[in-house]
Amino acid sequence: MKLWLAKQRYLIDFTLASLARRKTRNLGLLLVYTVLVFMLASVTLYTHALRQEAARVLAASPEVIVQRMVAGRHDLIPPGYMEKIGRIRGVQKMEGRLWGYYYDAVTKANYTFMVPAENPPAAGEIVVGPALERSRGLAKNNGISFRSYSGKLHTFIVADVLPQASELVSADLVLMSEQNFRAFFDYPAGHYTDIALSVANPQEVRNVAVKLAAALPDARPILRDEVLRTYASIYDWREGIVLALLSAAILAFGILAWEKASGLSAEEKREIGILKAIGWETGDVIKMKFWEGLLISLTAFLVGFVAAYVHVFHFAASLFEPVLKGWAVLYPRFQLTPHIDGLQVATLFFFTVVPYAAAVLVPIWKAAITDPDSVMRS
Amino acid sequence: MRPADRAFLLLAAGFCAFALCFVDAARLRSAAGPDEVERARLVAQLRLTDLALFTEARYTRHPSQADLHSAFQDHPLALEHFPTGSLIAPPAGLARVGADATAASEEGGAK
Repeated sequence: MKLWLAKQRYLIDFTLASLARRKTRNLGLLLVYTVLVFMLASVTLYTHALRQEAARVLAASPEVIVQRMVAGRHDLIPPGYMEKIGRIRGVQKMEGRLWGYYYDAVTKANYTFMVPAENPPAAGEIVVGPALERSRGLAKNNGISFRSYSGKLHTFIVADVLPQASELVSADLVLMSEQNFRAFFDYPAGHYTDIALSVANPQEVRNVAVKLAAALPDARPILRDEVLRTYASIYDWREGIVLALLSAAILAFGILAWEKASGLSAEEKREIGILKAIGWETGDVIKMKFWEGLLISLTAFLVGFVAAYVHVFHFAASLFEPVLKGWAVLYPRFQLTPHIDGLQVATLFFFTVVPYAAAVLVPIWKAAITDPDSVMRS
Repeated sequence: MRPADRAFLLLAAGFCAFALCFVDAARLRSAAGPDEVERARLVAQLRLTDLALFTEARYTRHPSQADLHSAFQDHPLALEHFPTGSLIAPPAGLARVGADATAASEEGGAK
């Protein structure tokens, strides 16, 4: 074992000396390789963390939301609708939700007006989300007026601002009492925007949705699983778009690496010839080149991955943020919580380190089994 | 020091930094715990269904609640015009419907 280790150290010494003889070329390759790993790792780390964030936050969302459709459009839930749903077996609890959109011409943004089921603000008061507080320069006890869709001006006092920590889900929220909401939107009494359901047995959610659709053909049940899938697919799609944009860079690197790894230069061929002539075995030459490939690809992977981690979680992924996060007038400020997926890292490692290390070996094996004299002469 | 030892030291430092990423991620996750609890509490309390990421239109503010045609609501054959629309994937069925239509028209052409 000791002998084997000593031999490998000598081989690595020789490999490093050989790499140093073509310093500029190898450093250039290492740099490009590292940048490529950095970009791929940044995109995968960022989108995975976003997907995880959405999945964890929305795990507490209602099990089923029931909307009513009229002529293919979302319509209000009329009185009596809830009673019909209550007769369906398996439905444990249901609540009519009151929420709607309000376009504010001042900030050119849509706000979500909502009536909380628990602890609603007092009449004439509102609780606002942190992004709205910023964009309208609001503070506790300030007054703010909104012109309703009927043309009337409604003035509210900001009773509180939702915590900064919840901005990802509450950036544009305006919470108000039911009385204020119905007056502002001219909502008919007894009508709701949609219904939030909870199901007694979580295994039965799908069955309850099927029964719902059968009992109320104009109902559209939206399951929590579907909500979670929507967010997973948004970030899969975004990741795909960035990777598609990066594919040109990946392809360029592939060509560069393949050219470097598979086509031996005359100098390298001569070097192999000399090594064979002075007594190196084919196995030794292959081992030396294997170390070369491994050292370059492993260094690029480690440096690229660590740089990507720091970029994404300590510098808020400033290079890719505009594409991956999207944009909006009221965009929430949030710090991503790092979630590193082991399988993703392993995949990245496999697709960046292994192909290069393997691509180096084939031409070397071909050159190493050739007669040293003919290799040197060619 | 021999070049091989230097290389091993550098690689070991790289592996340490790699491992530290996981340690740092665990540290940041535990530090973010209370904020996460706060977000989950608000989602449960207000029965929220969507992240407040894209506020430009109702179907981008609540993509999970929007009906499938809301992006094309202005008139028949209207093209979606909000930037988020180019980043949110079309519904899965849409691609299949497109493929079926192409296959059907090819079959029709062959007859």
